[in-house]
Amino acid sequence: MKFRPGQRVRVAARPHEGHHRTPGYVKGKTGNVERTHTSFKNPETRAYGTDGLPEQQLYLVGFAQRDVWPEYRGDDDDRIYVDVFEHWLEEAE
Amino acid sequence: MSEHGHDHPHEPITGGDESGAAARVRSLEELLVEKGLIDREDVRRRIDSLVSRTPADGARLVARAWADLEFKERLLADARAAALELGLDPGPSPVVVAVENTEAVHHMVVCTLCSCYPRALLGLPPDWYKSLTYRSRAVSDPRGVLSEFGVELEDEVELRVLDSTADIRYLVIPRRPAGSETMSEEELAALVTRDSMIGVTQPAAPASVA
Repeated sequence: MKFRPGQRVRVAARPHEGHHRTPGYVKGKTGNVERTHTSFKNPETRAYGTDGLPEQQLYLVGFAQRDVWPEYRGDDDDRIYVDVFEHWLEEAE
Repeated sequence: MSEHGHDHPHEPITGGDESGAAARVRSLEELLVEKGLIDREDVRRRIDSLVSRTPADGARLVARAWADLEFKERLLADARAAALELGLDPGPSPVVVAVENTEAVHHMVVCTLCSCYPRALLGLPPDWYKSLTYRSRAVSDPRGVLSEFGVELEDEVELRVLDSTADIRYLVIPRRPAGSETMSEEELAALVTRDSMIGVTQPAAPASVA
């Protein structure tokens, strides 16, 4: 497992053709690893008839809403949590 | 639908009022049955099982957690194991996560990519949960959405939105309502609504179900 709880991570900003489970609104955004779940078959390859191996570690990553939506109307402490697979995450300062 | 190029006779597989998606699913089902990969009885059993689930199972988990703090700790640590402990089926996802609403923190759940939902514990998701409007606004304007559901959060309450984009299923443990202190576990379960376990409403007040 590459990342640990509390670590700062950035979601890769890369485009991706075809099925993937990384929502566009967090691409390029920096957050914190909240939980390390477990590993799962990779939905990006499994969607096209392969076995989805090797499995990918899944993390719950938390972001400040203000970092995700510049126009966010709620409170400064509000957060958005997204499940992100390891190959979409980069170490951030 | 277009011609599909096989030569055995059968009734048309689409009805006049079927949506495009339903017609595609029926075609797929026809093909899978024809190739012997599934049989119709499997399909019927799966549908039966999906539609037979109700939020009552989730409500039992929450009511037990309200009544038994040690159980709540186990539910928060591993919701799948906690469901099994009560003899409930937590569903096919290997990880089910329960999150607790408190005075200081409010959680709500969305699936922006599709309609991921803890179906085994809550039944089929409501139509609004699958709507594009909820899926987009729950992440970008969650306080606005909550307000439309009748929940006005104090500014000092931290709002956490969970977007279940992958294989994890999330269940909210709502705040136990004031006035429910002497209620039995069964009475407590009646306060736990489906929407409160998605985190878009508070549970029912004791007087409203008394």
